[in-house]
Amino acid sequence: MARKISMKDAINEALDQEMTRDPSVIVMGEDIVGGTGSPGEADAWGGVLGVTKGLYAKHGDRLMDTPLSESAYIGAAVGAAACGMRPVAELMFIDFMGVCLDEIFNQAAKFKYMFGGKAQTPVVIRAMVGAGFRAAAQHSQMLTPVFTHIPGLKVVCPSNAYDAKGLLIQSIRDNDPVIFCEHKNLYAHETEVPDEPYAIPFAEANVVREGGDVTIVAYGLMVHRATEAADRLAREGVECEVVDLRTLSPIDMDAVLESVEGTGRLVCVDEASPRCSIAADVSAQVAQHAFKALKGPVQMVTPPHTPVPFSPALEDLYIPSAERVMEAVRATMVA
Amino acid sequence: MAENPFPLGRDQLLAAYRTMRTIREFEERLHVDFSRGDIPGFVHLYAGEEASAAGIMMHLTDKDRIASTHRGHGHCIAKGVDVKAMMGEIYGKVTGSCRGKGGSMHIADLDKGMMGANGILGAGAPLACGAGLAAKFRGDGGVGVSFVGDGASNQGMFLESLNLAAVWNLPVVFVVENNGYAESTSVEWAVAVDSYVDRAAGFGLPGVTVDGTDFFAVHEAAGEIVARAREGGGPALLECKMCRFYGHFEGDAQTYRGAGEVEDLRANRDCIKIFAQRVTETGVIRPAELTAIDREVLDLIEQAVAEAKAAPLPTAADLLTDVYVSY
Repeated sequence: MARKISMKDAINEALDQEMTRDPSVIVMGEDIVGGTGSPGEADAWGGVLGVTKGLYAKHGDRLMDTPLSESAYIGAAVGAAACGMRPVAELMFIDFMGVCLDEIFNQAAKFKYMFGGKAQTPVVIRAMVGAGFRAAAQHSQMLTPVFTHIPGLKVVCPSNAYDAKGLLIQSIRDNDPVIFCEHKNLYAHETEVPDEPYAIPFAEANVVREGGDVTIVAYGLMVHRATEAADRLAREGVECEVVDLRTLSPIDMDAVLESVEGTGRLVCVDEASPRCSIAADVSAQVAQHAFKALKGPVQMVTPPHTPVPFSPALEDLYIPSAERVMEAVRATMVA
Repeated sequence: MAENPFPLGRDQLLAAYRTMRTIREFEERLHVDFSRGDIPGFVHLYAGEEASAAGIMMHLTDKDRIASTHRGHGHCIAKGVDVKAMMGEIYGKVTGSCRGKGGSMHIADLDKGMMGANGILGAGAPLACGAGLAAKFRGDGGVGVSFVGDGASNQGMFLESLNLAAVWNLPVVFVVENNGYAESTSVEWAVAVDSYVDRAAGFGLPGVTVDGTDFFAVHEAAGEIVARAREGGGPALLECKMCRFYGHFEGDAQTYRGAGEVEDLRANRDCIKIFAQRVTETGVIRPAELTAIDREVLDLIEQAVAEAKAAPLPTAADLLTDVYVSY
């Protein structure tokens, strides 16, 4: 049975159901129980934004608060995965990758290949991504391209509650290390979500809106900007097809190429910094594989190549808006 | 037969000697073959440090996991990784432990509890915590053992792991193999505390320092620490003070070392010589038994090198496999 729940609750439900199904699933992170060793409630927080709230009551010590010590506990999650567990480690904000990246990109990502196929590392690292929270330069980044660049990692970034549940379940069951990126401005966003467990396969993009004039490729929060732009452009008689990538590694380029073959025009919307971004990668692959289909210049809609600013006046300018997506669509229609 | 004053039986003494001698000859052979240009990349030799690997690993079984270092050949051999597969790996052959994709710094054998040598200093410590965590959840009595050198003992990953293991009460043992040099930099200068026992105490862990050239001292201290961790008593730190007979890597001119330093170490602080002298002078082991092992080990290394040289290289098809379990 499906009912409308938030992305935050969908993530909680996915963790709950997988922990119930598989005793090797353990969950760790800073304040994910929230209150260990403190005089008040043992599970006061359930994560800084309450995503894991209530799981401690059901699963007890399989949820572990950690010291503020990302290198140690992310590395421990990686090590436990190599020893047969299925840890889900929460890196509170993806911006904190700087203090633990070695355990992710030099250890987890490489074990399978470097050890000649004789190891697997089924670890999931959940992390909040994205701007719009007035959280400034060190708590707002969209660092998906950094992880997508690393062979051996899988990178997921859902745009809604339904996808979040199915993709997180797939991430936990997957035998490779997965970076699961949760946009903090989508936690409250609600969609219909079945209450039973289900897995959404990786590398299956979702065409969230069909249209024959322009393909807009996006992921995460930007899917909503793209859809808003497409709805408004439809009133001007321009029909956009919006492709939600859902997973960035592996990436469903077939779906993108198929759409561009139909429309002949491409706009890539990405909340990551523009250089070496997902938008740049998709643009390059389309130029390489579907050049003859293109009827106009490929457009990229991204933030400027700056840190994320604090002042709401600046941050609102920083994040790609529906208006900027509409401008890009018009620009690709000109040629 | 003389009365045995050692805490190990004759078979165990001979096994310890075989392990140490195998490591020594493996490394001495690599030194020669590397200088001839037979081996790609770079290698870090464990010669001189054998008593640590042998003394600790005798307390471990395959269900116990170790996270090793860039200087990992000795740990691999003592943990039971196949010597021929190791040699094949170092020669970059498809018959190697990692099918030629890892090399000297990444030899691993998860079935033997060897979680990998590691090119990143200190990165193994959190992994060993993970091994201890997995053992704790499974309740299988396994322990995780992290090896670092004195150099990597200054890494944040290592220091954070001491605290995490203490906070989570993990069955983990942290071994600091102090050979006096972080690459070329002296431990006296680079480690601010005088004693690793003090450093352990700062993290709420018991710590022990032993003479790492004395196999029996290592074996006894490791036995207590490993047993305590196995029984739920929590993590501890073991410092083995030891000697590195070669440079940081092969090709290191070692101009930072004192005049005659290595000659003195080889003459007076060779852990294998010290072991051999003790077990033979008590009459528990006959010298001929050790020389017989020496011959067998030399034969094994010779075979390993010959097979590695004759083995096929990986092919273009191998380049693209094993990036993911499934993609």
